[in-house]
Amino acid sequence: MNSTHVVIVGAGPAGVRAAETLVRKGVAPVLIDEGMRAGGQIYRQQPQGFSRPAKALYGFEASKANAIHVCAEDLASQIDYRPKTLVWNANADTLDLLCDDRFEQLGYDRLIVATGATDRVLPVPGWTLPGVYTLGAAQIALKFQGCAIGDPVVFAGTGPLLYLVAYQYAKAGAKVTAVLDEAGFSDQCRALPGLLRQPSTLAKGLYYRAWLLANGVRVEQGASLVRIDGEKRVASVAWQQGGVEHSLPCSAVGFSYALRSETQLADLLGCEFVWSPLNRAWLPRRDASGRSSLEHVYLAGDGAGIMGADAAEMAGERAALAVLQDMGIAVDGARAEKLERGLAQIERFRDGLEHAFPFPEGWAAKADDALMLCRCEEIRVGQLRDVVRAGAVDINRAKALCRVGMGRCQGRMCGAAAMEIIACESGLTIDSVGRLRGQAPIKPLPFAVGPDA
Amino acid sequence: MSALVETDVVIIGGGIVGASAALFLRRRGMEVALIERDYCGSRSSGVNFGGVRRQGRPLIQLPLAQRAHAIWNDLPGHIGIDGELVRSGHLKLARSDEDMRSLERYEAETRGFDMGLELLGEDDIRRRYPWVGKSAVGASLCPADGHANPRLISPAFAVAAKRLGAHVYEQTPVVRVEDAGDDFLVTAGDGLRFRAPWLLNCAGAWAAGLALQYGEPVPMRAGHPAMLVTEPLPVFMTCSTGVEGGGIYARQVARGNCVIGGGQGFALDDRRARVDQQAVVTLLRQATTLFPSLHGAHVIRTWSGTEGYLPDRQPVIGFSRMRRGLVHGFGFAGGGFQIGPAVGDVLAELVCEGASRTPIEPFSIQRFQHVAA
Repeated sequence: MNSTHVVIVGAGPAGVRAAETLVRKGVAPVLIDEGMRAGGQIYRQQPQGFSRPAKALYGFEASKANAIHVCAEDLASQIDYRPKTLVWNANADTLDLLCDDRFEQLGYDRLIVATGATDRVLPVPGWTLPGVYTLGAAQIALKFQGCAIGDPVVFAGTGPLLYLVAYQYAKAGAKVTAVLDEAGFSDQCRALPGLLRQPSTLAKGLYYRAWLLANGVRVEQGASLVRIDGEKRVASVAWQQGGVEHSLPCSAVGFSYALRSETQLADLLGCEFVWSPLNRAWLPRRDASGRSSLEHVYLAGDGAGIMGADAAEMAGERAALAVLQDMGIAVDGARAEKLERGLAQIERFRDGLEHAFPFPEGWAAKADDALMLCRCEEIRVGQLRDVVRAGAVDINRAKALCRVGMGRCQGRMCGAAAMEIIACESGLTIDSVGRLRGQAPIKPLPFAVGPDA
Repeated sequence: MSALVETDVVIIGGGIVGASAALFLRRRGMEVALIERDYCGSRSSGVNFGGVRRQGRPLIQLPLAQRAHAIWNDLPGHIGIDGELVRSGHLKLARSDEDMRSLERYEAETRGFDMGLELLGEDDIRRRYPWVGKSAVGASLCPADGHANPRLISPAFAVAAKRLGAHVYEQTPVVRVEDAGDDFLVTAGDGLRFRAPWLLNCAGAWAAGLALQYGEPVPMRAGHPAMLVTEPLPVFMTCSTGVEGGGIYARQVARGNCVIGGGQGFALDDRRARVDQQAVVTLLRQATTLFPSLHGAHVIRTWSGTEGYLPDRQPVIGFSRMRRGLVHGFGFAGGGFQIGPAVGDVLAELVCEGASRTPIEPFSIQRFQHVAA
């Protein structure tokens, strides 16, 4: 075995395939994951002892999920696999870890960052009521704990996850009252050429929607979420469609606007970031092979730009091949090229998806001053607008002056929305309001800590 | 053609010292240009612990601290906001009898400064401050000290100066300082040039370069106080708190977050600093011993800054001995927030009146004259 310390952060499809690729060449990496079991968010496994079949949990993706789980299980004995471990800070050659309330440090020679994604949230009035979840959280409740977020449920927002989650809920027996798709039918027609690059993925999307309609689920397109009402928890949801307001009673709402990359680790490492118009976000720069701007850091999967689980598997393998190449180990060049071609094709499909599920650009202009923007620090849209009007047009300066993004989530939830408000209020383009600087810890640290190793 | 701004005073550095100097110079009717490389109050002045504390300062700083105390008492009058200033009292804990004797000595030595220090025994602490851990055997309380939000206050000094007519240039790095006869010619980013007979060196941890240019080398090093903040917790910490001998300090803001500092972070580069795991772990341990209610709480953010330290941990304040018109105010060794506004006032006084009514001789740059260039 090679003595180079290769560390992979994240055991989703990218991280698992990266580990597999390294092991095949005799390099045993350390695979660190926050989750209890491998699979990431997309292929999240139910707890040990739960026995729902893969088909029920993952639908069309059951075989892919299964393959990742089996692969991770095979690898576990051949690598240093560390589940339930948070990487909370990183320096040039060391990761700071927290596992079971114990601090540890881990050196690395080469590091593959496969940190995945979370939902992108754009607040609407009532979004902090109990019973409101992101689409991803709604899916986790179902996949991991086998429970629904409520009954009946309305799903809203945009992105491929919208129809998938609604389908999974309805299939599992939950009452889904409506799917409110922010995107209009015309958006989806315009997107068709790009979507046709991945006919099977497109077919799945169409299938979910057709299935929902056939099973009596109301599907509304061009439906813009207006507010979520309720006293102590969700009671109903209101949306606007063609200038008319509608509403429906429900006990829970799942909503989000596609996904955003989890980039804090890349940021703390010092990776160079570039603006991605497609993701409408600052992302760590990576080349086709997954090499970052830092010599020993590689990026794979949705953590460096949203491309989905299939792309994550390819990117994980490609990044691992890059690690091997940089270690002077011969790899199959044709395989590397094939992966890069495949990733490029998915990227073009991603373009199509972005047209099919366009970002609701009018959100910031419509947001009321009283709307809760940063729920951790309880900062409303108007408070951010005040500091912007006073001259704070940089997101970090605005954060310092009004505390937006300064709380428990460190801007992971509200950062994207805060940027939209600053850009809209200042008249600057979204890419010129700066990038929220990452600060350790990536996730909160408890005071109750045992001895460090 | 680059613009030339002719003014009375150019101030380099928009931290709390430079910004308050700008404010107090405007009050005295001087034309002022305040030049800041980043945003005003965004470096050490804006990211420090936020202690508004006289207790514990060396005797030579107390006249300045008292002068600052008066400014802090009318903060909204000066900068238009209260900056979350709370006169919570500053509680300095002793963790040994020896530390307690040291607090007693300090109380005796500083009686002339009207701080009203109150010495507390172990029983007093248990009764009045039940949230303090058992390791404290005594304490000294300075009732009128407190804490405030540096993120808001330091930028607000620059805003207040601007409101009074100071010209404030943010995100404007100084490229070069030259002489133009008796005047200074300062070239900054974006082709801006400034000409003035007075130049204030308020560049914090980055001030040594200008001092050196004028033949006054100072042995300043950068330090990086480690800081962290918890999620909001039920309010329990009713005083801003420190310990005799240093090492840890804490305060709780009205929203419930506890800000805790102590130990050192490290420099990422010339401008940025961070806290490492060892510093965080040490702080977490010490804090839970000193404040048991923190057990189970979460730290949501850590940070550090870049602060200038001279070997005697005292600042440099006063006229340059080498160049007429150059005035220094830097090197506050992590303790500049409370006295900052008074130092700004003193610098303005030096420019306008030629002398300070508060003694500043101990802070003369001359004390480093033996240092080789």
